[in-house]
Amino acid sequence: MSWRLWIPLMVFAGFIGLAAYQLTQPKDDIVESRMVGQELPYFELPPAVERGESISSADFADGTPRLLNIWASWCLPCIAEAPHLERLQREGAEIVGIAIRDRPEDVAQFLAQHGNPYTAIGRDDLSQVQLEIGSSGVPETFVIDGEGMIRYQHIGDIRPEDVPILLEELRKAGA
Amino acid sequence: MIAELGLAALWLAAALAALQTVAGFLSVRAGQGAEIAALIRPASMMQGLLVAFSFAMLLWLFAITDLSVKLVAANSHVDKPLIYKLSGTWGNHEGSMLLWVTVMAAAGALIAAVEHRLPERTMYATLGAQGLVALGFYGFLLLSSNPFERLPVPALQGMGLNPLLQDIGLALHPPTLYFGYVGLSVAFSFAVGALLTRSVTPDFARAMRPWVLGAWVFLTLGITAGSYWAYYELGWGGWWFWDPVENASLMPWLAATALLHSASVLASRDALRTWTIMLGVVAFSMSMIGTFLVRSGILTSVHAFAVDPERGTFILVLLTLYIGGALLLFALRANTISEGKRFSVTSREGALVFNNVMLSAILAIVLLGTLYPLLTEAFNVRVSVGPPYFNPVGAIFFMPMLLVMGVGPLLRWREDRPDRIRSELALFAALIIAAIVLLSLLVEIALLPLLGLAMGLGLAVASFMPLRSRQLGRIPAATWGMVLAHFGITVALIGMASESAFSEEELVALSAGESATVGPWTVTLEAVEPVAGPNWTAIQGRLSARYGDSEPVVLAPQARSFWAPPQQTTESALSTRWNGQLYAVIGDPAGEGRFQLRLWWKPFVTLIWYGGVVIALGGVLALIGHVLNDLRRRHRERRLDEQRSEEEALGILSGEERL
Amino acid sequence: MRTLKPKHQRLVLVVVALIALLAAGLLAAYALRSQASYFYLPEQLLADPPEIGQPVRLGGMVEEGSLATDSDGVTMRFMVTGRENSRIPVRFSGIAPDLFVEGSGVVAEGRLASNGVFVADNLLAKHDENYVPRELQDMEQHQAAEMAEETTVGLE
Repeated sequence: MSWRLWIPLMVFAGFIGLAAYQLTQPKDDIVESRMVGQELPYFELPPAVERGESISSADFADGTPRLLNIWASWCLPCIAEAPHLERLQREGAEIVGIAIRDRPEDVAQFLAQHGNPYTAIGRDDLSQVQLEIGSSGVPETFVIDGEGMIRYQHIGDIRPEDVPILLEELRKAGA
Repeated sequence: MIAELGLAALWLAAALAALQTVAGFLSVRAGQGAEIAALIRPASMMQGLLVAFSFAMLLWLFAITDLSVKLVAANSHVDKPLIYKLSGTWGNHEGSMLLWVTVMAAAGALIAAVEHRLPERTMYATLGAQGLVALGFYGFLLLSSNPFERLPVPALQGMGLNPLLQDIGLALHPPTLYFGYVGLSVAFSFAVGALLTRSVTPDFARAMRPWVLGAWVFLTLGITAGSYWAYYELGWGGWWFWDPVENASLMPWLAATALLHSASVLASRDALRTWTIMLGVVAFSMSMIGTFLVRSGILTSVHAFAVDPERGTFILVLLTLYIGGALLLFALRANTISEGKRFSVTSREGALVFNNVMLSAILAIVLLGTLYPLLTEAFNVRVSVGPPYFNPVGAIFFMPMLLVMGVGPLLRWREDRPDRIRSELALFAALIIAAIVLLSLLVEIALLPLLGLAMGLGLAVASFMPLRSRQLGRIPAATWGMVLAHFGITVALIGMASESAFSEEELVALSAGESATVGPWTVTLEAVEPVAGPNWTAIQGRLSARYGDSEPVVLAPQARSFWAPPQQTTESALSTRWNGQLYAVIGDPAGEGRFQLRLWWKPFVTLIWYGGVVIALGGVLALIGHVLNDLRRRHRERRLDEQRSEEEALGILSGEERL
Repeated sequence: MRTLKPKHQRLVLVVVALIALLAAGLLAAYALRSQASYFYLPEQLLADPPEIGQPVRLGGMVEEGSLATDSDGVTMRFMVTGRENSRIPVRFSGIAPDLFVEGSGVVAEGRLASNGVFVADNLLAKHDENYVPRELQDMEQHQAAEMAEETTVGLE
């Protein structure tokens, strides 16, 4: 008689097991760029802020490894990673930014509020460069070596634990 | 300062919930007369006040846009209209959780203040359970999502000027569903209390019923509003997508509907005791499972929700504790609940049992369909389950249930002979068969919509049959409520069937001046012009739509592009007539100066949502009827008590005189 | 036999309820196997195609330069590409979602026609502007906004 009363509990336990299993599974849908290991595609971009410097792919092939940060002032995770970018800069990384679909006044306000770790910021109004280097969202950060080769891609915002990894990748790219 | 006051009140409330839980369960163990029991009701009421105060503080912070508070800075903006500043209070995870516990504590306070019908021991257990459930949510709030957290440096303007969220539907929809979920949590506490003290009585059902009814009304309204929102906002022309988020609100509704009916059997006839308890647990677990599925992000959905695995884990733990605990208690205790009154198969109880079983079956089907992608993903197969599954499989159980819904209310309690209601049955059957024959002869129509329409027409009449040969003025409000709610179901059913049977769709590319026809409408694209809003630009089509030969109406569907953050939305344009809706969406340029237009003519589609409103109205009437009834009964009992004590006093006096 | 003994009556109730629920479960299991629409990547669709006409979903990238609109202005044709140089021709009649462009990710809901063309009833564009936690990839219009509201990790 009483075994039937346990059925609901059993069914429920099954559900909990399944849900718990699924929660622990990482959802790895990240689209990795096929450009890693290849040369930076050719581009020239106007400055994203007034009186700023323009950037081009040729600038990267001067022997210095750099970080290329794809971001935008309207993107919230970009605010989250701003302090960590600053720390990377303090640790000696040279960071070039590309602002995606942005307006100069918004970029200027963002930099005033959250700091400016960039040596130069280019402006990509149509996401063209972004798509060409195989980035599918903001923020993303690429490690470019001194010959203009893409060495590493970091997807999503930079968290504190990512800082040493990026520094290490930069060091490897410089060696 | 305001934020700190709010936070302090919240901590105090959590402490009181802990006290209420401990005192509640200790008193249950100690039995009648435990001293600690005196704490329970005041603790519960005080807790309600404190949380309400805390929520008021958060509202205040949003009203004055205190940007030193993280939640405000993240979700509000100095330039927002006041109404959206206020609705921003619960338009985010932390605020909505605070609203949840506020409603929950207020409900607990209300039971503590007014509910005196049940044996005190059962009340202790109920309030103890209520405290325990609340405690879990306080923990969730205080430990992982504190709404009052300060920023070290105040923000300048706030981040939340998102135009998409400035929508009155979005401001009201989530709290409506929350009220429903919380109402079910009260029913859950009652069920646990009754189970713990083994007192599953008609009084228990009567105490629980208003809460279930209230929750059910809110869920009905929430589902109706959500469906309409998806209809006009997504621009896909559909009104129900069997999406996980939608199912998450439908499942508690199905369980609450079943609970409502079984509780009314228990209240009037003292039958279905264990079943009602079981449904009380199931209804609340559906609310929590729904919240879990939506918030944890383990299922993807077309609707908008932020997800966070950590929060998902927290909800899962709470779910395991409460529902697992309750089901364990059920497994251990349900044997000891004595059987209720007997009844025959052909009786109102019989019909209600049938309805309950069918609702549970539909619930199982929706639940399985919703969870199936989760199951297959464990084996690395990605699937999605949609209308081709839900519609026919659900209908197999829905149709028989509707038939019984037409007949059940005509039957007598306990035992009845079918031939007593012969003429009504004949009328009902004749209507349905006539509708099937006529419709299938006159129009080309698929099986499900055909059955739906025929049943809808038959039921529209049948739902009023319980009123036959009765004096309309004498019929209790609760009965009117039932009739109205059943009628609302048929109205919605007719809307759904008509929409799926007679909708016409036209997809064209037009240049300015050209026309297209869809159903009885002729739609001319007058012009396409750019328009601009505060932070968006759009192309807007100016359409002149003519129904038959009548005066043309102007429609202006838009495709909007927003700047910050960049995204696009389709703003559909609707023209409503008594017999349906014209639905227009504008798309991309199609070359040669043409633009894509998608037009739908949906006959009687609005009945779906009118039906939902009528159902909710029926629920409100029933609620009022039951509450008034309870008040009257209580008043009568008090009068009786007073008379008795007066008589006793007199008796004592006369006794003394006799000495 | 009109009114059963309570004990028997309860047994009948429980058995009826169990049978109904079991029937619902079995029916659901059967229908789910046949009606659930499976997700295919282009290379999977080529290697192990589903039955003609069975509803499935196809996810991949829209090939650059492949997007063309027929002369009726509403029928689009494009190629969806995947790994191993797999390409699937797709036809879609309707209004494309907002973020649907060449080079972007797309999920097409529809069925494979006998001529090897995937006929889509609905397109879901992968939301590709605003990155957030990895869980939030397959998103659409409204989600982006709400999610942006809630992922305010950066305000510290």
